Amino acid sequence: MTLNRDTVVNLAILALLVATAIGAHVLGNGFTVTLATKAAIFGLAGVGLNLALGYGGLISFGHAAFFGIGGYVTGILASHAAAGTPVATLPFTVMGSNEMLGIWPMAMLAAGLAALVIGALSLRTWGVYFIMVTLAFAQMLYYFAISWPRYGGEDGLSFYVRNSFPGLNTFAPIQYFAICTTLLAVALVFTAVVTQSRFGLALQAARQNSQRTVALGIRPYAIRLTAFVLSGMIVGLAGSLYADLNRFVSPAMLSWHMSGEIMVFVILGGVGRLCGPVAGAALFILLEHVLGGVSDYWQALLGLLLLAIVLFAPGGLIGILTQRRRHA
Amino acid sequence: MLLAEQALNGLQYGMMLFLMAAGLTLVFGVMGLINLAHGSLYMAGAFACAAVAAATGSFWLGLAASLVAAAAAGALVEIAVIRRLYARDHLDQVLATFALILVFSEGTRWLFGSFPLYLTLPPSLSGAVMLPGGLHYPLFRLVIIGFGAAVALGLWWLIARTRLGIRIRAGEADREMIGALGVDIARLYTIVFALGAALAGFAGALVGTIQSVQVGMGEPVLILAFVVVVIGGIGSIKGAFVGALLVGMTDTLGKALLPGLLSRMWDAASANTVGASLASVLIYVLMAVVLILRPQGLFGAGAGR
Repeated sequence: MTLNRDTVVNLAILALLVATAIGAHVLGNGFTVTLATKAAIFGLAGVGLNLALGYGGLISFGHAAFFGIGGYVTGILASHAAAGTPVATLPFTVMGSNEMLGIWPMAMLAAGLAALVIGALSLRTWGVYFIMVTLAFAQMLYYFAISWPRYGGEDGLSFYVRNSFPGLNTFAPIQYFAICTTLLAVALVFTAVVTQSRFGLALQAARQNSQRTVALGIRPYAIRLTAFVLSGMIVGLAGSLYADLNRFVSPAMLSWHMSGEIMVFVILGGVGRLCGPVAGAALFILLEHVLGGVSDYWQALLGLLLLAIVLFAPGGLIGILTQRRRHA
Repeated sequence: MLLAEQALNGLQYGMMLFLMAAGLTLVFGVMGLINLAHGSLYMAGAFACAAVAAATGSFWLGLAASLVAAAAAGALVEIAVIRRLYARDHLDQVLATFALILVFSEGTRWLFGSFPLYLTLPPSLSGAVMLPGGLHYPLFRLVIIGFGAAVALGLWWLIARTRLGIRIRAGEADREMIGALGVDIARLYTIVFALGAALAGFAGALVGTIQSVQVGMGEPVLILAFVVVVIGGIGSIKGAFVGALLVGMTDTLGKALLPGLLSRMWDAASANTVGASLASVLIYVLMAVVLILRPQGLFGAGAGR
């Protein structure tokens, strides 16, 4: 990889995030470290969505489903571990867990399975239909979570102890930040490798010209479905981390506002750019914090800003920084 | 007896959904635009009705105000923002209209506060009527069913029989061609958008009398309207009508009957919780089934043009 302008901007964004957290930690400002952790987690969710949305051109408005599933798997396993009861006894006994290394694969597996089912159905359609169908399926899970009282229903599910990671104290904000940022970096490297692979090139080809891809002997459906599942798994991991950050999961994680926000991270930063979602998520958290101090109605200001970006700066933040649009 | 009452409830719910979905599907069909802010126009209509009804004491003036306010808001938004989005891809449309929701919701909260408003019915519309068969049913719900049917007929007449309808259908088929034939496309699009907005606002005002008027009331309805449009097929008013009634009936009857059906197999408590959970996802199952059998919707011409 040559050190072009995109790479420099990408590295600078990550460095800025880490520097903010470390600086705040040194100054003893745990709140800012937690904000940076939130940015890293939202960035991870954005990186996941970007794989489907940016590289695959699959405009999913339902990724909150995978975020929430990751969160709920974490919450359910942790609450069962705390209560000492098995999650399920049929067909085989599943015990709860409070080990992150055990929870993450479960969260990703559950999110991946959901993405497989939702993707297999949704990818039968395209265009506007795809947006609405993914939205509707996420909303289905949202209503299910609300009406299913076993795990808190509308009130959500609290677990009082953050899950553990061997050798680290996950309660220390900076150590939890390190865990989240490391996973974010892994996801970024994974995305970079995948998008340069034959699979990634085929995925991007299918976005740019579906018919031509078919003519070259590639079936877009399988490729898109794979990308959708991978994307759902990464977002599920982010959901698991977010649940651990708050030690709380609620149906709000599944709501369509969450889907919209994950999408906003991607767009704010710049669609289809490696670190775009990270920059977008960091900017979103910053805006939430700054505008939230200016006015109680900060979401209206956010809306206006978002409108301005869509209408006048379609390349997003990284588009402005690198002075050119992503060559579509 | 209970079944008949629930069927009427389902019919009424379906009519409301139709008013929402009709506007959405028109805008999709004619302009190729996905409009998430449609729920905000529904909310705008409800608030306009509540404000005018409270100020003047007349529900009918409020109802008229909901039409005017939503149409005006729709036209304004179309001219200021939406018309810049027709040539963009769906992603930009989703994002810009999502941003509009934030602006609308927070703006309404700023104007009216976070507390729900309530609409009272005029005496002539409140109370129950005796239906043949001895069923007491709220008059206003029957009125809503009547309004919905009237709008469906009116829309059919507008699209199929008037000059404007011919232009709308022509615009769906080929926008460059009707532009070349001397139709002012920009104005046509504003009219279509305002028409859809007025229907949404009207629906909001009607629902506001059954439920409360509050910020965010449009969003659950918007998503159901999406389900309706997916089931019916994009751009088809007939599809929106059939889809809306299907969704309204499925949801209402599912919620009313499922717990009872399940209680024949399980004990009452678990039948209730499982029944309620299942009923809440039933319409999405319906949507999935339609997608598997006919991805373009029941009356759609072709998936996602």
